[in-house]
This record gives sequence, C-alpha cells and structure tokens, in this order.
Amino acid sequence: MRVFIKFDFNTICNKILEEKLDEIQIKHRILGFGEVEFLEKVSNEKLNLFSQLLNNYGIEIVENQKTILIQKIKDAIVDMVFNEDSTINVKSSVYLSEKLNHSYGYLSNIFSEVTYTSIENFIIMQKIEYTKQLIINNQLSLTEIAFKLNYSSVAHLSSQFKNTTGITPSAFQRIINKRREIASKK
Amino acid sequence: MQHDSILITLADDDEDDRLFFIDAFEELKINTIVNTVNNGRELLNYINHPDTILPNIIFLDLNMPILNGIESLKEIKLNDKFKDIVIAIYSTSSSDQDVEDTFVLGANIYIKKPSNFDSLKKILAEIVTINWQYHTSGLNKDNFLLRL
Repeated sequence: MRVFIKFDFNTICNKILEEKLDEIQIKHRILGFGEVEFLEKVSNEKLNLFSQLLNNYGIEIVENQKTILIQKIKDAIVDMVFNEDSTINVKSSVYLSEKLNHSYGYLSNIFSEVTYTSIENFIIMQKIEYTKQLIINNQLSLTEIAFKLNYSSVAHLSSQFKNTTGITPSAFQRIINKRREIASKK
Repeated sequence: MQHDSILITLADDDEDDRLFFIDAFEELKINTIVNTVNNGRELLNYINHPDTILPNIIFLDLNMPILNGIESLKEIKLNDKFKDIVIAIYSTSSSDQDVEDTFVLGANIYIKKPSNFDSLKKILAEIVTINWQYHTSGLNKDNFLLRL
C-alpha cells in the first residue's frame, strides 16, 4: 500500500525547534520566519548543544555562524594591520582567505552584508586608526609610520588619512595636543 | 541580522533643516531612531532628563538661539555621563578655524550643511556607517575625528 504525504515545512521546523528547546530546557519564544528568541541567558555549552541537535535535521543557526565569521575576519584584519610580524608582502585577500579557509568572494560578501562596509574599507579604517595611535604616541615620524604600515610613500599615507578622516595627519596631531593641554589644565 | 537601532538627536532651530534631516535618515539601511530639539537648552534638558535613553550621536547646529552649538558642546563635555556620545557639528560655516575649534572642544564629526538632499543623505549614511564601525569594533572614540 502507498499513501501520499503532504508536508508543511513551517510546522515541522517549529515543532522540532520547540521540542529541542524544551529538551535542553531553554525558555523561548518562536517568532516564525526562522527566528527564535531566548527568554533567558543561554550558556555557550547549551547553545552548542542546541546547534548540534538542530544539525541532525539540517537546520543551522545562521546568524550566530555569520557573526562568528565576521568576528574572525575582523580579528584577522586587526592582527594583520597591528601585528608587525605580519607585514609580509601578501595581498590581504590571499591572507584572509588562507587564514579563514573561505574564498575571498564569500568572505567579502558576508562582510558587506553584516557590517555595512567592505573588507577593503575596513582595512583602510584600521590602518588609519593605527596611524592615529602612532601619531599620538609621538615616537615615530610620519615617514616611519608609512614604512611600518607598508605604504609606498608618505604622500600615499597622508592622502589616505585625509580621504578617510577629512583632516590631515598634522591637523589631527595639533587637535589632539590641544585637547591634552585643555585636559591637563582641568 | 537584527541590529539595535542607532539613536540620534538633532539640535537645530531651523524647521526645514530638521524635516530634511529626518527624511534623509528614513531612507538609510541602518536602523535609526531620530528625534529633534530646537536649541541647545532643549537639548541639554532632554539629555539630562532621567527618563531619556541617551543618544548614540548628537548633531549640533552651531547657530541657535538661547544656547548655541559651541556652548552646548562645552556643557556636554563637562559631564562624564555623556562621554560615550558621538558629537557631530552640523553647520553652514566650514572655516578651518571653526572646524579645528570644535574638534579641540571634543566634537568628533564636522559636517558642512550640504546644499541638496542627495548629498545630505550620502553624508549621513557615511557617518552612520563609520560610527557603526566604531560602535561594533571597539575602536577608540577619543581618536574619532571626521570632517565631511
């Protein structure tokens, strides 16, 4: 004998979520459209367990994975920019895709989607932030900073600084120094 | 992805400017909640009120009656409670002196009021995006200076 079966995926998925969440005792609310709200603080162990249980059904916690990957990309970029040993002459796209084991296209898409900016822009921003720190520390000249951060010339660094912040490196330094003066008078 | 909204307060005495400003934010991708006040005094009353959830960014017009932008900026910077708020100066003037003076007083962003709606939208989008990076990537706000 054969029977025909009609599925309602939404009901199935919600039922699975419901059962698994009850099983590991997480207070929750199912919001539909693939969104679940936890009504209490959930430990990482519980969250991992929940994720594993769902994987058996081909269900994945999407946002969480994405957020983790974004964080990894950001960490790798910060490491690349701030860590002096890694000023190796590797293109950042190659560096990131090798370090994170994904194609650069994938990383780049997911990054733009979640952070509203591109990896390229984020790298520039981090480099400029690092430049600001180095300027404030007052130990390196701009030429030395440009060299340290792998800029082809001090002019290139200056123009990227101006493009990113709207002010020149020397104006930045002047403003920070004046702020310090005011703060020290208080 | 569910993002928290960015709270924004604009202090500007010009009604048209306030309306343009609100419209411009409505078209951005990042969720924002915008409210406006008419001058610096109203702004300080608002942020000092115990029920107010402090904004992430304050946009300050420089020329306002009762309490102008510079005076408001000074007062805001006196109170440690407000140290996490990003201050954007929003003005028709863009002399280098004005820009530098407000930065020295603690402003983070200086915007020359653009002449048309499209550039306003572009500028605001840029600010909110950059601010978002500071917000989500733990960058040092003390070094946040941006002139547009």
